[in-house]
Amino acid sequence: MIGRFMQRILKNLEKSGMFRAGFFITLFVFLFVLAGAMYTPWSPTTMDEGARLAGFSARHLLGTDHLGRDILSRLLTGAGTTLFIATGTVLIGALCGSTIGAACGYFGGVLDEIVMRIIDALFAFPSILLALVFVSLFGSGRYHVIAALGIAFVPSFARTVRGEFLTEKNRDYVTKARLQGISDLRIMFLHILPNTGDVMLSSVLIGFNNAVLAEAGLSFLGIGVQPPDASLGRMLSESQQYLFRAPMTALLPGILLVLMILGFSLMGEGVRSHE
Amino acid sequence: MRGRDRFVRAILPVIAMSVLAAALGGCAGGKTADDSSRITIGIPQDLDSLDPHYMTAAGTKEVLFNVFEGLVKPDQAGDLVPAVASDYAISEDASRYTFTLRDGIRFHDGSEVTTEDVVYSLERCKSAGVNPALDEIASISAPDDKTVEVALNTHDADFLCNLTCAIIPKSDADPGTNPIGTGPYRYVSRSPQENFVVTRFDDYWGTPAYIRDVTFKIEANADSIVMDLEGGSIDMYARVTSAQKDQLSDRFTVYTGAMNLVQALYLNHDFGPFADENVRKALCCLLDRQGVLDFVSDGEGSPIASSMYPAFSKYFLPELNDLYPTDVEKAKELLKAAGYDESHPLEFTITVASNYQQHVDTAQVLSEQFAKAGVRATIQTVEWNTWLSEVYTNRNYESTVVGVDASTLSASALLSRFRSDAGNNFTNYRNADYDAAYDRAAAATDDNDKTAAYKDCERILAEDAANVYIQDLPCFVALNKKFEGYVFYPLYVQDVALLKPAN
Repeated sequence: MIGRFMQRILKNLEKSGMFRAGFFITLFVFLFVLAGAMYTPWSPTTMDEGARLAGFSARHLLGTDHLGRDILSRLLTGAGTTLFIATGTVLIGALCGSTIGAACGYFGGVLDEIVMRIIDALFAFPSILLALVFVSLFGSGRYHVIAALGIAFVPSFARTVRGEFLTEKNRDYVTKARLQGISDLRIMFLHILPNTGDVMLSSVLIGFNNAVLAEAGLSFLGIGVQPPDASLGRMLSESQQYLFRAPMTALLPGILLVLMILGFSLMGEGVRSHE
Repeated sequence: MRGRDRFVRAILPVIAMSVLAAALGGCAGGKTADDSSRITIGIPQDLDSLDPHYMTAAGTKEVLFNVFEGLVKPDQAGDLVPAVASDYAISEDASRYTFTLRDGIRFHDGSEVTTEDVVYSLERCKSAGVNPALDEIASISAPDDKTVEVALNTHDADFLCNLTCAIIPKSDADPGTNPIGTGPYRYVSRSPQENFVVTRFDDYWGTPAYIRDVTFKIEANADSIVMDLEGGSIDMYARVTSAQKDQLSDRFTVYTGAMNLVQALYLNHDFGPFADENVRKALCCLLDRQGVLDFVSDGEGSPIASSMYPAFSKYFLPELNDLYPTDVEKAKELLKAAGYDESHPLEFTITVASNYQQHVDTAQVLSEQFAKAGVRATIQTVEWNTWLSEVYTNRNYESTVVGVDASTLSASALLSRFRSDAGNNFTNYRNADYDAAYDRAAAATDDNDKTAAYKDCERILAEDAANVYIQDLPCFVALNKKFEGYVFYPLYVQDVALLKPAN
């Protein structure tokens, strides 16, 4: 399964320029985050008393924020936090969503009707709103945000995967497998699922985008990642007051956020453009 | 295509921001430029009620201060001066207050203020129940048509500060929609969520206001305040942040004062570790007040070390600030005595309301300062209503950063909440010495004894390290240079009558 996934990525890299551009932007972001996980010039929460809202300097390469914290260090860890939350969210959303979608699409019938109506109802709410309700009920913090967004992302994955399964389940290979007496679970996950690869890949990429934006949104509203921890949304939210005094405090996390989303978007577009 | 939408959505704020910045630069010259006998003042929220006896929000009181007056009212020095009453006398045992009605004073509708109106207003205010202190009133009577007597159940030389409650005419059937008072401005109109308009009352008994028409405009969006000031749609805003202050052009005067509140890391004494005074003292030793001031309020603001802010100069004890100088080593010793060390560090949560950026920032600085002795303070931001119910009402928290203000011009407004049995004692502070000192203050009839007892209360709070007291936050008022004369009060009020056009 993973191997197939990798193959697809390689195939896409070869075929689509858009995918390639996105891939390298994302690679850059990943390397940046990886570097941040291993080394930051300062602790992201250390406050440098002498240098509040300082500009670029040798001491603080990308300047400092309103509490004198090194922006580069905060970007390095903040982007990691954002990416971590996005990954967690997409994992929960994709795993739960595809299981539900697969079951509904494969078995159909009453189960499908009931579950899909519930999914439809959930669809009626924007995912950020669902996450907001969840966070206000169960509290904030990064793990709560992952859980909240993950659940909010289940409907869209369920719906996509169900659609794929609906068309796939009537194909000959599925009928043959059935006639051979292979168990339903095996057919669902070993026979059908790998054939939904491209669709899955692009939903995962779009999911990543939405998750990055949703995390930034929640943290911007002050209910996502808790201070003094950094995330891109938190950094944007904290810097908005100082937009005119120290524009770089907002622009830098903004640029990184744009890069992150642009990378995933281009990759998603690339996957679909040559289908 | 959806991917491309995401891109557009991500880049849109950047474009919007640059358009806004351009607009900001382009808007010079206000539309209210010529007529300085009118002023528009931005206020952060709508008024909760126009009925002076039922209003509760501080933001409402600060506006209606211009419309209503009590028998006495506060002045900018923090003293109570006669208003509707021209004179008052307090009996020897402080249980009977006698007021003489001001000659010829009139309501906004033109009718003369009678003792009947005063008795009616005081009784209505008492039955409204917004100020529970008024329950101490035993009787209100008018022996003749110039005198009103208020008799108390207790002896309280400090009771005068509760008699600022508004005097309204008995004939006004519905004060909620037709507010009539005796203040320098009279009510004209109100549009909910939009504005509140008043005009100068020409028969005012005191010094008349300078500016004729005043509109209080509700500025629901804090982000547009600077633009509205620069664009001329408001001439004044009473609480700009230090970041907003730096964005204002030189067409504005920025007055720096104090918010008149006690900002502290309030500790819940029912939370295990904080029951130990060594822990509380250790936190006080770790606090570097000047550091917090530098980070959070650009070095402005006044350091405080007890539940009293400097504007109450009569009660404020500046020497308490030196009680626990910053000393990390001593803090470590105190923590060790309480059973905490590197392998078993002190851990607690600071709950803070996310809409108050200065409190969130303070919490972050504190957490960093506490970390110097290995104390782990995690921050939990909550929304304001959750804060009110969970922290203030249910007391379900470990520690919180917030500012506590005084509702009346009396030390008791700040100190009464730390009595063991006080209903609003949200820190669950219990100290028999404190209760005794507070009772002494409440019972004292002599002003000097009373002040001394209140000072004892402050000392106990500081020495016992009841909370980690930080500062009185600075307050910046932006006023268009077309006007001058803004004056700070030790209370949460905006006295518009003192504003005047600049020459």
